Amino acid sequence: MVSYILRRLGYMAILIVLVAVVGFIIIELPPGSYLEVELTRIRALGGDINQAMIDALKQQYGVDQPLHIRFWKWISGFVRGDFGLSFEYWTPVNQLIWLRLWYTIFTSLLTLVFQWVLAIFIGVYSATHRYSLLDYLITVLQFIGLSMPAFLLALLLMVIVHKTLGWHVSGFNSPEFQDLPWNWAKIVDFAKHVWLPIVVVGANGTAWLSRVMRANLLDVLNMQYVQTARSKGVRENVVIWKHAVRNAIHPLIMVLGASLPAIISGQLIVGVVLNLPTVGPLYFRALMNQDMYLAASILMFLTFALLIGNLLADILLAIVDPRIRLGEG
Amino acid sequence: MAETAQVQSQEIWVEPISKVGQYSQWKLMRMRFARNKLAMIGSIGLLVLYIIVALAPFLAPTDYMRQNQDYVYGPPSKLTFRGPDGKLGLRLYTHPVVTQLNPQTYRWDFKPDTTKFEPVVLFAKGDPYTLFGIKSNIHLFGTRNSDVRIYLLGADSLGRDMLARILMGGRISMTVGLLGVALTIVFGTVFGTASGYYGGFIDDMMQRLVELIQAFPTVPLWAALSAALPNISEEFTALDRYFLITLILSLVNWTGLARQLRAKVMAYNRADFTMAALAAGASDARVIFVHMMPNAASHIIVVAALSIPGMILGETSLSFLGLGILPPLVSWGALLRDAQNLQTVMTAPWLMIPGIAVVIAVLLFSFLGDGLRDAVDPYSI
Repeated sequence: MVSYILRRLGYMAILIVLVAVVGFIIIELPPGSYLEVELTRIRALGGDINQAMIDALKQQYGVDQPLHIRFWKWISGFVRGDFGLSFEYWTPVNQLIWLRLWYTIFTSLLTLVFQWVLAIFIGVYSATHRYSLLDYLITVLQFIGLSMPAFLLALLLMVIVHKTLGWHVSGFNSPEFQDLPWNWAKIVDFAKHVWLPIVVVGANGTAWLSRVMRANLLDVLNMQYVQTARSKGVRENVVIWKHAVRNAIHPLIMVLGASLPAIISGQLIVGVVLNLPTVGPLYFRALMNQDMYLAASILMFLTFALLIGNLLADILLAIVDPRIRLGEG
Repeated sequence: MAETAQVQSQEIWVEPISKVGQYSQWKLMRMRFARNKLAMIGSIGLLVLYIIVALAPFLAPTDYMRQNQDYVYGPPSKLTFRGPDGKLGLRLYTHPVVTQLNPQTYRWDFKPDTTKFEPVVLFAKGDPYTLFGIKSNIHLFGTRNSDVRIYLLGADSLGRDMLARILMGGRISMTVGLLGVALTIVFGTVFGTASGYYGGFIDDMMQRLVELIQAFPTVPLWAALSAALPNISEEFTALDRYFLITLILSLVNWTGLARQLRAKVMAYNRADFTMAALAAGASDARVIFVHMMPNAASHIIVVAALSIPGMILGETSLSFLGLGILPPLVSWGALLRDAQNLQTVMTAPWLMIPGIAVVIAVLLFSFLGDGLRDAVDPYSI
């Protein structure tokens, strides 16, 4: 078990380096850089940044130098926690993205938990009450949840909530709570805002997971040990939850890692629609403005979060399934 | 005719025993597919949808680029069966619209002038267009008077007809999936088969490449690649951008197909027919193309069909963010860009109709993909 984890960690380290290289190359693909865009804009307005400042910046971040030098300057700052400077906001990248990254990861985790809990219950109900009215309704909802793009659902829910409940729905906090320190009221207000991105992003995954759960449970309920348990006189509840669901969940854990990219991608897009203080709006703006350090750092952190998530999912699978632990890994 | 067998508590459809020797594998799959109601809905629905978007300029009463400053964010036109004599008849009429600035809300009010009636005619003459090389100006429906236009689904921020834009956008959105999946099949098959057949170093390298690509979160990777595309100019048209966006979408998608195909080919490597072919002196290429590929073909088709919804959703999301299809081309995601904030959607809710089109298209493709998967896999229930 420990050797399995160590091997995966070592492998992940190599992958992170590769991801940093590839990510940086992709971000640097558009010709030109933010510095030139900004200089052109300022000169068109008739002003000019101090030439000495431009020269100093160019030297520190190696904007004029070839790709590998720029990459090395960026990477070598990691040890100090320096991820470069965002040219558009004129602040160090780590200051800009720290809080937003935590928000993104927090909402993604909440979405994962929500998705899973809901999918298991819906899948179990759907499998045990097959062909009932609610089952058909659930199937219809599942199909809609699978085919609706997240941002469209976000827009629809925003309109519906605004029209029926009149709540303020964009961002994570209402305007009156924006700058206040965290107290109980602010947490309640946060909960009133965060359910929207969670439901919207979780809809897709819930639909898909609950269908898989339903199919797995149907397979398991045909197995002979379930028949044995029933004939022994075990209560139906216990048969389903203690025997059947435990075995049906196993394939679901295997696909846990696969649902993470969808959650992160969904959170980014929904963040743009709902104007959330997550990494989403920042990332897309940075891409369009060629703010390369910001964009490359965000891409790297997101990939890193994804890799950690996959590692944790694999560890969970190894705990649950002894074959993985003892086999080839 | 169809016999059913009882196994435990379920019914499994078994092909008619008397004829089973006469049915080829493909015919069996087709029969299983046809029996699946959702799959038939999906395939027929998609056929209808593709015909509709192919005939897009003919079906819409206006050109999709024609702006109308008098009808900005205009509501859908009111059509009525009541004629000038006040009686219900068979003819559809529409009214010319009078635009007034509301002094209280500072917004334009669109009042239909109910005293004037404009009949809706079939095969009306309207804006010229070129369809499949044929120049024409006949549209399916319209009015005789070109000052009174029918906006069946309302107008957008520049007064352009939403119906026309949705139909033209449908051309892009529905073909991105097909093109992207074709590219996915090409990349995925080549890499997956080579890696599974040859094994060793080639296999290792491909596995590492696949893991590297799959390590990135999808949408950020797509966004970064799309941002790298050059701006629209003389040398790089919107159509070129469309093809490159399709390429980008499939660049991430091929890894899934490659992995699955690799597993299949590795299993086939040990099969009897492979060893027999090699012993008979068949070249590697012959073994791959004549023996292995046809066996894997059904699986390839299913994986391809199942990845189309993801591609359509991906293109829609990218265009919505402004990183995908750019003007003058229009796709459903680009149309939804207009519906980005609460104010616009509250005043002009018809701007969200392209979203319904996306949902319908993805639903139909999902039905089709599920039906194909169930038809191809003989052990699914």
